Amino acid sequence: MTKPDNPNKTRFGFETRMIHAGAAPEPVTGARQTPIYQNTSYVFHDADHAASLFNLQSFGFIYSRLANPTVAVLEERLASLENGRGATCCASGHAAQILTFFAFMEPGDEFVASNKLYGGSLTQFGKTFKKFDWHAHLVDTDDLAAVRAAITPKCKALFVESLANPGGVVSDLEPLAEIAHQAGLVFIVDNTLATPYLCQPFDWGADLIVHSTTKFLSGNGTSMGGAVIDSGTFDWGQNDKFGGLTAPEPAYHGLTFYETFGDLAFTTLSHMVGLRDLGATMAPMNAFQTLLGIETLSLRMERHCANAQDVAEFLAGHELVAWVSYAGLESDPYHGRAQKYLGGRAGSVFTFGVNGVTGGYEMGMRVVESCELFSHLANVGDARSLILHPASTIHRQLTDEQRDTAGAGPDVVRLSIGLETLDDLLADLDQALHRAAAEGDKAAE
Amino acid sequence: MSETPNGGELAYSDSQLRAILRSVRTIAMVGISPRWNRPSFFAMKYLQTKGYRVVPVNPGAAGQAILGETCYAALREVPGGIDMVDVFRDAEAAGAVVDEAIALRHDKGIQVVWMQLGIRNDAAAARATAAGLTVIMDRCPKIEYGRLHAELSWGGFNSRIISSRRRRAQIL
Repeated sequence: MTKPDNPNKTRFGFETRMIHAGAAPEPVTGARQTPIYQNTSYVFHDADHAASLFNLQSFGFIYSRLANPTVAVLEERLASLENGRGATCCASGHAAQILTFFAFMEPGDEFVASNKLYGGSLTQFGKTFKKFDWHAHLVDTDDLAAVRAAITPKCKALFVESLANPGGVVSDLEPLAEIAHQAGLVFIVDNTLATPYLCQPFDWGADLIVHSTTKFLSGNGTSMGGAVIDSGTFDWGQNDKFGGLTAPEPAYHGLTFYETFGDLAFTTLSHMVGLRDLGATMAPMNAFQTLLGIETLSLRMERHCANAQDVAEFLAGHELVAWVSYAGLESDPYHGRAQKYLGGRAGSVFTFGVNGVTGGYEMGMRVVESCELFSHLANVGDARSLILHPASTIHRQLTDEQRDTAGAGPDVVRLSIGLETLDDLLADLDQALHRAAAEGDKAAE
Repeated sequence: MSETPNGGELAYSDSQLRAILRSVRTIAMVGISPRWNRPSFFAMKYLQTKGYRVVPVNPGAAGQAILGETCYAALREVPGGIDMVDVFRDAEAAGAVVDEAIALRHDKGIQVVWMQLGIRNDAAAARATAAGLTVIMDRCPKIEYGRLHAELSWGGFNSRIISSRRRRAQIL
């Protein structure tokens, strides 16, 4: 199952790497926690050293838009946790997606993506990417024949979420990787909701992993951030699709990234061309906060998943709940894939629908507004429990059909289960459901 | 990128690579390009800044100066000793370079043959090992030096090194 030959793996366990990867003691002072290099620029030794850095002949820092020592610690930590070769951090998960495609997409190019992605990704791919003349074919990636059929000669990538937000879809990574590779495409997996603790996409054939580090990685709702992690194993020279990495780069005097940097090429290009020109850099303070969050990732994910499992079971047996979409439930169509890809844990973000006489849209909104402990806001993966009505908020920009496909129809309520006392979460949802139902009955009279 | 019929995965311990990079001082770089934007030129320039003497070897550039060092047509023409031969040729051509290094090992004091990232020739490696040379394949000394000295980490790369020891600050 697991690729045994991944040279990026070490003998150290996941929890050790959560705390130590990338973060050796600072050599000058001995500071044990990672310093915050709140700093824009770095002094050169001399003109030759400066030239070497600008020519990419030496390792080192030039300007924090390209690389920063605190951000670099987070990058190495993420690369280590995903067992990748290198990582590039940036301002947000959306920035990570632009940065990823920017490395190899040209105007007129296409890619295939799941139609059950997070709504913000669907909007970015379907609307904003068109302004770059990049075109996404959105398909049901559970239908492997449809995925194959959607691949055109201009397609360069296949993009899915390992665990999709908010529909609870678990992607079948192994055969999808095979389809992508047969067609010479790079296989990109958004691993935000699963985190590397639940899912290791490189073991299943992913080539690049993207994250919104804003979610479980930072974990406290403090810091925006994104990342793209490169496996280092994709052969960018296998066909003529990836000129961004294999053709001479005029801004670096005809240097060819893949030939010069080999398995370091994608990450080098993402910093020295992507961040240089897109400018969506991660702030050092955000990198620091995210590093602190990652130190406790495994502990938090265990509790997130345990609480979510119990809340999902509670809701599934609740008289006012029509349905629950959570892969941790045995009846869920994605339960089997959660065993295979997520170690049997289904994360803590899921959706449910409310029974109601006045229609799902109104009821969904009423439940959200009736909560006392769950926070009504547009984020997931926080220590706090969160609740949202996607159809009226984050999926508002989509068409009705896109919303239904993405698992965000009118009656859908999204939960992100936090780390609070389980009984308090159950009590809050119970009272919110009853209050919403009572208001619904009143409105119907 | 490795060519068949080579054997399984190549694994070199950090301590072995560290010992090589600590012990060698003069590196003959065979197949170096005089063009500044070629990978071999990058590696030579970097290794020079780390205190190594790098002697360029390339018949096409013989007599030219590359980064302040005279380029020679062949290993045997390099005056003085050579600690390590770094091979920037494809796997097939690497065989002949390795054989030349074996033949010159006593005259020049050659101890290490290092084939660059992407280059692997198991048969040549076996001949060199039998002759008492240390062989590294499919690695880049610049990348390994940078990885072992925490510089690769600055670029967001996974060095695979976990340590709570305080590194000695390098004042360059």
